[in-house]
Amino acid sequence: MRPETLRDGTVDVAVVGAGPAGLAAAAVALLGGLTVALVDAGQELGGQFWRRPPEGSAVDPGDDLHHDLATYRSLAGTVRSAARDGRCRLLPGHHVWTAVAPPATAPGERPQGPLPLHLLDRSSGPGRERTLRLDARHVVLATGAYDRPLPFPGWDLPGVYTAGGLQALLKGGGVRAGSRVVVGGTGPFLLPVATGLAARGASVVVCEANDPRRWACGAGAALGLPGKLVEGAGYAAALVRHRVPVLLRHAVTAAHGTDRVEAVTISRLDASGGIVPGSDRRVEADAVGTGWGFVPQLDLAVTLGADLVASWDGNRVVRVDEWQRTSVPGLSAAGEVCGVGGAQLAVREGQLAAEGVLRDLGRPSVTGERGLARVRGAVARHRRFAAAMAHAHPVPEGWTAWVDDATTVCRCEEVCAGQVRRAVADGAVGVRQVKQLTRAGMGWCQGRMCAPAVAGLAGPGEGEVAERLVATPVPLGALARGNGSPPHTLSRPAPEEKV
Amino acid sequence: MTSFRLDGRPVPFVPGQTLGAALVAAGRTSWRTTRNEGRPRGIFCGIGVCFDCLLTVDGVPDQRACQVLATEDLEVGTQEGERRAP
Ligand SMILES: Cc1cc2nc3c(=O)[nH]c(=O)nc-3n(C[C@H](O)[C@H](O)[C@H](O)COP(=O)(O)OP(=O)(O)OC[C@H]3O[C@@H](n4cnc5c(N)ncnc54)[C@H](O)[C@@H]3O)c2cc1C
Ligand code: FES
Repeated sequence: MRPETLRDGTVDVAVVGAGPAGLAAAAVALLGGLTVALVDAGQELGGQFWRRPPEGSAVDPGDDLHHDLATYRSLAGTVRSAARDGRCRLLPGHHVWTAVAPPATAPGERPQGPLPLHLLDRSSGPGRERTLRLDARHVVLATGAYDRPLPFPGWDLPGVYTAGGLQALLKGGGVRAGSRVVVGGTGPFLLPVATGLAARGASVVVCEANDPRRWACGAGAALGLPGKLVEGAGYAAALVRHRVPVLLRHAVTAAHGTDRVEAVTISRLDASGGIVPGSDRRVEADAVGTGWGFVPQLDLAVTLGADLVASWDGNRVVRVDEWQRTSVPGLSAAGEVCGVGGAQLAVREGQLAAEGVLRDLGRPSVTGERGLARVRGAVARHRRFAAAMAHAHPVPEGWTAWVDDATTVCRCEEVCAGQVRRAVADGAVGVRQVKQLTRAGMGWCQGRMCAPAVAGLAGPGEGEVAERLVATPVPLGALARGNGSPPHTLSRPAPEEKV
Repeated sequence: MTSFRLDGRPVPFVPGQTLGAALVAAGRTSWRTTRNEGRPRGIFCGIGVCFDCLLTVDGVPDQRACQVLATEDLEVGTQEGERRAP
């Protein structure tokens, strides 16, 4: 994904995120004749699901680790060819660090003028970042999700990764992070991680905290998604072929080692997630993956003031209508920011988002009426399936009992569970108050890694979606290079070079 | 074989890999210590959100190893601690 030479001017649609949802939104908008800017903080098209090494690099592309590459190739092909024609601006290595919605003239009304996005261009490498402004008539947020880790003693040892981190190393870098790997947590995502590593020769054990057998068998068929059954059967076959044991109602409850992980404790869980006494056993491991589902990346949606709603898995997500439009005029959202439901759902939501924009601009549909009905049917089925999967894979209530007081909870500020518990005993309620008392969540990751854990230890509190006015740290030099002084307030951004 | 240097020592990489992927492939799991307790850190999330994997790149501190593509002759350094989050 090479940045195109850019011309000045406002694009019809800016799509933030080039994963399955963003790629589909961009491709459909382009097919509908609109001009598009496709922005992604990463270097490549594809997002998390279709994470691939750079085009033409010597890294193993790992086609066998992927699903539905035909869709990826078709969407990416549309986008790349439009980039060659100058109708699509590809902006890899660009992070949208903030955005400001212009005030609407009347409530609910479309604001006058375009929506400005503020970009941090990291494509020239460390120390050479600069800021840019991108003006768009419509914005589609497709910023996806990140892993939800939960702490356990030793989870901060090197060699312990998020499940997605193991997958990113494998799919993006062709790197198997270990030869004896234990993957633990809950959810269907543990299976592709395990089978991928096993396919590259690692010996892998999976600890699934729930027992989703009955559910999972029925769900695919009952909900009319035979594709999901086939995918599931594929993983099951691969697990058998590679002799990967899947231990149901088990969890990784500790990691051991001095400078890196050397072994883990695996425990059997009772129905509420408590450790069955005497069930602990030690297993050697040189890499560990931990994942308890995903958390949507909501920073920009929250900054722009989009309404949120509770999703099927308990996450807060962006509220959208039948065309993926948010509560902010001119702003749509698609993919896992609207609910964690996998790549196939994300693609279809991206498609609908672009169709909604075409419709708002009075342009003919690309998908057609029959096609749209099919897409909507699929979206409904995938959402029901996602809800069933979420129901079968809850975070077990008892997990906090595995966490002793000395366990680090906030990795950035090095706040341990004991400090969080003391803050709660002193009356702190919810993530925000605990943060004020302990600094948990105030470091570089802005609470992305510890907020689920702090919420579990401290209780949910009120309106607990962290507001992050800045989606990524912006070096001061970059603001200077962006032409002029740094912005003093977010409502009055500095004059920036325009994209 | 292409390589960059970590604290002056060559680390091989396949063009297209990030610094973090190349380091893990080379068997290196940590290259930073934490500010308070001096604990070792390397890759955790792999996708740029956790900031565990910080190192210096050509003298610029606090760069995420999982996000910076490895290039020939890059001078990379381990870090003791890190700045406070901006
Ligand atoms: C690390 C990881 C690995 C995963 N691997 C798999 C897998 O192998 N198989 C599977 O079935 N599911 C996987 N998933 C689940 C995955 O979230 C979805 O299946 C799918 O990728 C969601 O598509 P999406 O388009 O909604 O978002 P994503 O694919 O997450 O794409 C979002 C994109 O937005 C970009 N972005 C976010 N914020 C900004 C910003 N402010 N500025 C610019 N760009 C931004 C990101 O760089 C990213 O490329 C993974 C998830 C994670 C977190
Ligand atoms: S490993 Fe998380 S930011 Fe690099």
